[in-house]
Amino acid sequence: MEFPPSLAAPLAVVPIPVVEAAVRLMFRSLLKRHPALFERLGEHKGKRYGFRPVDLPLVFLVEPARPAVSVMRKPADVAADAVVEGPLFLLLALLEGRSDADALFFSRALTVTGDMEAMLALRNALDGCEIDLPRDLGASAGALAPLVSRAAEAIRRRALAGENAAWN
Amino acid sequence: MELICPAGTPAAFREAVDAGADAVYCGFRDETNARNFPGLNFSRQELGEAITYARRKGTQTFIALNTFMRAGHEDLWYQAARDAVRLGADALILADFGLMAHVAETYPEQRLHVSVQASASNPDAVNFLVEAFGARRVVLPRTLTISDIARLARQIRCEIEVFVFGGLCVMAEGRCSLSSYATGKSPNMNGVCSPASHVRYRQDGGELVSELGAYTINRFPREEAAGYPTLCKGRFDIADARGYAFEDPVSLDVMDQIDALREAGVSALKIEGRQRGKAYVAEVVSTLRKALDAKPEDRRALLARLRLLSEGQRTTAGAYEKRWR
Repeated sequence: MEFPPSLAAPLAVVPIPVVEAAVRLMFRSLLKRHPALFERLGEHKGKRYGFRPVDLPLVFLVEPARPAVSVMRKPADVAADAVVEGPLFLLLALLEGRSDADALFFSRALTVTGDMEAMLALRNALDGCEIDLPRDLGASAGALAPLVSRAAEAIRRRALAGENAAWN
Repeated sequence: MELICPAGTPAAFREAVDAGADAVYCGFRDETNARNFPGLNFSRQELGEAITYARRKGTQTFIALNTFMRAGHEDLWYQAARDAVRLGADALILADFGLMAHVAETYPEQRLHVSVQASASNPDAVNFLVEAFGARRVVLPRTLTISDIARLARQIRCEIEVFVFGGLCVMAEGRCSLSSYATGKSPNMNGVCSPASHVRYRQDGGELVSELGAYTINRFPREEAAGYPTLCKGRFDIADARGYAFEDPVSLDVMDQIDALREAGVSALKIEGRQRGKAYVAEVVSTLRKALDAKPEDRRALLARLRLLSEGQRTTAGAYEKRWR
């Protein structure tokens, strides 16, 4: 499922610092829940990873060594060592290890360019981490935790229906 | 027959156990195993925890130490064997005769399996390893027909394990030099075939071009499923024809032959894919478990969905039903 264009369109005008603040909040929350996430990267921890959702007007750059995430507006030419491109919900499913990255790549649903070894290391690191976005993001939402988790879970269920991502 | 399942991370290991594996095979995070990929494999502590988890659920753990020792650096492999035995491995999967000798002499009670990397595929080779090192099982290369396996089974004195699903290596494993030729690195010595460090994909017009080192391996038109750039599955220009010389970019699937494999004398069915993610492991292991327990006529429908997870999104019975081109 592609991210709804009606929701993606406003992101073309929302100021980048606002989007970036929200993304960084989620990023920090994930790292807090999974402090060993980037340790499996080994020598690839110093690389920069780009994520280009085809259905969003944004590009994300993750730098595990700092660790930091930045957001740019397309058509930004992101200065990354490796870039993965695909629908947002599939990228999020990969983050959780919920879809098989190789199968998506073989089927051409995903494109990877640049340093394949670095991207493979990141895929393996993510896969070993057992990230669960509704649970992990909910954990940082304080009193709103149950609400955030339930909403995120409903979105995930709907987004991944039919994507062969029924792991657990 | 046992179902032997792959795990490259602790998370994939737990998925394999929960999905119904009889045994899970895995390796340490170094060059002692033939899937030495970045971000993959287990620290000593992770493996110890995994073995404990598996034991609680009645699942065995096999540890692959299946690369060939580098002269002068044998201690890396000896230490790995020592740690695997200490952690409680149910079997060690070995390829190097020197390491087999070391394990047989130092840990005579340890169950020893012959890795596919040892290239033992005839009665003399297998029986030598049984007599010399007490090997209890041999993993056969994916180059034999089911009739070959049945003939072999009658002449050897150990169990047989065969690959039934996953990546298809069509070579005499342990002796293939194609990856080494193209990249300087091989599964035999470095634990990597066509290493990702030498892999590059790029778009050229509407085509996806895959490259390994200095070689273009394939060009995939827009609608065609892609594959890994291994030399053995490259598309070559031969005389006036362009096509796959050794093998297409496909995966192995012989699960519709499991009754024939059982009759041939096979004890264990192996799934390839330690480099694949936990989603793949969970899906493949649970499906193959159901297929093993299902009636033969119900298996095809169960297995159909796995094709989408395969390289090239196509599967083949490979050499098990070899037809000459």
